[in-house]
Amino acid sequence: MDKNISFTLKIWRQNGPKEKGHFDTFQMKDIPGDTSFLEMLDILNEQLISEGKEPVVFDHDCREGICGMCSLYINGHPHGPATGATTCQIYMRRFQDGDTITVEPWRSAGFPVIKDLMVDRSAFDKIMQAGGYVSVRTGAPQDANAILIPKPIADEAMDAASCIGCGACVAACKNGSAMLFVSAKVSQLNLLPQGKPEALKRAKAMLSKMDELGFGNCTNTRACEAECPKCVSITNIARLNRDFIRAKLKD
Amino acid sequence: MWLSNSSVGRKVVMSVTGVALILFLTFHMAMNLVSLFSAEGYNMVCEFLGANWYALAATVILAALFVIHIIYAFWLTMQNRQARGNERYAVTDRPKTVEWASQNMLVLGLIVIVGLGLHLFHFWSKMQLPELMHNMGASVDPMTLSYAADGVFHIENTFASVANVVLYLVWLGALWFHLTHGFWSAMQTLGWNNKVWLNRWKCISNIYTSIVVACFALVIIVFFIKSLI
Repeated sequence: MDKNISFTLKIWRQNGPKEKGHFDTFQMKDIPGDTSFLEMLDILNEQLISEGKEPVVFDHDCREGICGMCSLYINGHPHGPATGATTCQIYMRRFQDGDTITVEPWRSAGFPVIKDLMVDRSAFDKIMQAGGYVSVRTGAPQDANAILIPKPIADEAMDAASCIGCGACVAACKNGSAMLFVSAKVSQLNLLPQGKPEALKRAKAMLSKMDELGFGNCTNTRACEAECPKCVSITNIARLNRDFIRAKLKD
Repeated sequence: MWLSNSSVGRKVVMSVTGVALILFLTFHMAMNLVSLFSAEGYNMVCEFLGANWYALAATVILAALFVIHIIYAFWLTMQNRQARGNERYAVTDRPKTVEWASQNMLVLGLIVIVGLGLHLFHFWSKMQLPELMHNMGASVDPMTLSYAADGVFHIENTFASVANVVLYLVWLGALWFHLTHGFWSAMQTLGWNNKVWLNRWKCISNIYTSIVVACFALVIIVFFIKSLI
């Protein structure tokens, strides 16, 4: 059993995208170290509800690091202090007794706040709709080994596909750029034979959508890659740049 | 035009102008080194790069590269601040793999511009400019004109002052930070990167930048020490 800790929570409260937000401070007492961060917020919300106050709104779903719904900016890091982990995979044992823990929503023009810590990430869906698919008639399923793919390429496509679309890259980027997400979603298809025929079209369509939705310009600070819960590499961004430049030179 | 209306296009402009400016710095550094070995040789270079049509054409291209690089820098920064939203984070922390320079390129660039202004005042305004004005028929002080191609005289003059030496070294320091990020970042933007080359480019940028900046600094320091003797 981990020891119990007590700490101060500073949580961002905001009623809507256009409303003015502020921080609320809560004292948390005797929270066991093996409580997950989201369970800790559940405890807070139970307290708030029993006191007749409004609970804190935050996104969450699978709570096992694969859905990409949880999205808290904890003490200056998207998904908190751990590397390669989502907010739901953070446990309170990472914090010390007496700490002040500041929790903010993803802050980006592309992700307006819905309420408190919940932001609207539907911009990512729009980017996916712009070209994040393979539009061929696939027919009946083929044998798995009908199209041979070299192992290193399959691995790279798989690494790119590990992106869960949580938006931590945008939250971490000082430019509010979504390049890591877009490049991962372009790469997971462009690397494979099935995605190749539409590779250049896809790169153009998804990147233009990203620009159109008001995300920033990538300046290669690498903050996205450092904070990505799935450790997606910025070499995907280089591939997207390459595909995009090739597409434009061909036009 | 994709070079202005797409994010990657705008970054391509930054990369291409940036790499061209790095090449210019390399030539400039190589010419400066001549002054250490032969004053005559250096003055010959200065003569060669006076107000001749080819040197002027190169100056115009160079100035255009600078202006484009700077305009795009401000434009990108403005867009990026807008994309960040109106609300700033209350707590921020820089992950270990994020270079400080990469997040402060505009500030470093501004220091470089101020240094550049100083440098143009110390050298260009006394060398190519008077020759150019003379050729265009303006009246120029004959003393200034007679020293216009005497580069070594101007170097000795400038770096006899401690204040100038310190200012130039600070300028070079900012340039070092600017280039260590700018060099590999340009390669990344042009798409010439992968898991293996990422570290190679970073290593190459550090070494290349260090050599260029160290050689510039060497000339300054040698002439400063000479002025003391």
